[in-house]
Amino acid sequence: MRPTDCKFLKSHEWCRIENGIATIGISDHAVSHLSDLVFLDLPAKGASVTVGESFGEIESVKAVSSLYAPVSGEVVDVNSKLPDNLEWLAQEPFGKAWMIKVRVTTKSPDLIDTAAYDAHCKAEG
Amino acid sequence: MHATALESIHVALGARMVPFAGWNMPVQYGGILDEARTVRGKAGLFDLGHMGRVRVHGPQAEAFLQRVQTNDAAAIPPGRIRYAMILNEQGLTQDDILVYRNPRNDGFFVVINAGNTERDLGILRTIAKGFDVVVEDCTRSLGMIAIQGPLSQQITQRLCTADLASVKYYGWCETEVCGVPMTLSRTGYTGEDGFEVYVPSGLETKVWQAFFDAGAADGLQPIGLGARDTLRHEAGMPLYGHEIDETTNPLEAGLDWAVKWNHDFVGRAALERMRAAGGTGRTLVGLTTASKRCPRQGYPIAHRGERVGHVCSGNVSPTLDTNIATAYVRSDLATPGTSLEFLVRDKGEPCQVTALPFYQRKR
Repeated sequence: MRPTDCKFLKSHEWCRIENGIATIGISDHAVSHLSDLVFLDLPAKGASVTVGESFGEIESVKAVSSLYAPVSGEVVDVNSKLPDNLEWLAQEPFGKAWMIKVRVTTKSPDLIDTAAYDAHCKAEG
Repeated sequence: MHATALESIHVALGARMVPFAGWNMPVQYGGILDEARTVRGKAGLFDLGHMGRVRVHGPQAEAFLQRVQTNDAAAIPPGRIRYAMILNEQGLTQDDILVYRNPRNDGFFVVINAGNTERDLGILRTIAKGFDVVVEDCTRSLGMIAIQGPLSQQITQRLCTADLASVKYYGWCETEVCGVPMTLSRTGYTGEDGFEVYVPSGLETKVWQAFFDAGAADGLQPIGLGARDTLRHEAGMPLYGHEIDETTNPLEAGLDWAVKWNHDFVGRAALERMRAAGGTGRTLVGLTTASKRCPRQGYPIAHRGERVGHVCSGNVSPTLDTNIATAYVRSDLATPGTSLEFLVRDKGEPCQVTALPFYQRKR
């Protein structure tokens, strides 16, 4: 069961917005499809991220994938322990494997709710 | 999209299926690194139904193959196999293949890459017009299942009548598997001991299941194309579309050992000119990197700020516990130990030229 307080992009990033701050990560579906994760590159605190643009990269044994920003704004916090603990992504993709927190200026118009994202994953297989 | 006879078994095993060379194939059943370790330590089973299989027979079969490919078909004894290249007139690589002389010396068998099957058949049929030879595509009439890993012989021996200890590396024989006559070869694409079994169409499921019945207790596991790529790369074996393609020749790829100059193969004149010129100025090398980033196909290679090559394949190597890559680099930088960089978004990551193969099993 995916948390219902998150919004999703079809590219499998999630965000949870509380008091104007978006916590951002990637979904269990993304993690299971990437498999064998080996590297994660996240932006530094103070960087700005932009809707629809890459804010980082995640690398599995066979491929590199870009991480797309569901919101625009300034990065106010980074989960700096995550790159050295990539197994967290499989364990708690919506919890301790959060990636960055962003002070939101704009939200992506493409964000969908949990029910719509569940359907999207099912259709994608 | 084509499907092998084993497609529904892969799906039932929970494999992630991907399109590969026009076939719906299992890329992994579990974790890619775990699958690679299983093959190095025990044994793994592979569906290779997608690979092209061709019979070549007739009075001029040998002369025909001498024209088609770079190795010396005349020197292959009955029941033995050679690696070879098909080149174009420019001396560039159209495919890499295995050429088998039949155990009864009544013709040849050729295994080609899935992605090149149609083109290779066109090449073979065009050249065949000048010879008294029959080129018979049996990709559909034969399945192909490989078992690879140190336990391969003991598991396979439980299924077949031939004494496998007498089958040499790069040899093949006629035998019965599950009571049915078929052929198997001591070949593979992993760097481990193992066999490839050529299964009459319709029996693939039975043979696949028989392998698991015989080998499950020894830890036999199904292995997808992801781990197959990792394993072949560790073993220094080229993959068409990566280390070799229509822009490369066998000399710079380090495959000159598969070229014999005693016959007139297509591309020979051009390749001779390249050899006389002392090569093409670039060489295929192995790279290892302690960087967390893995070099990937197409990434530029740099030396002191100058671009000197590009990456062909990159992999995380579970056997060496490092990242490995193959790359074409300027030939003066091809010495093992040379420090180079691969560029990820223009940022240099250190790597070192390493002798190929990265991995060689103890025999």
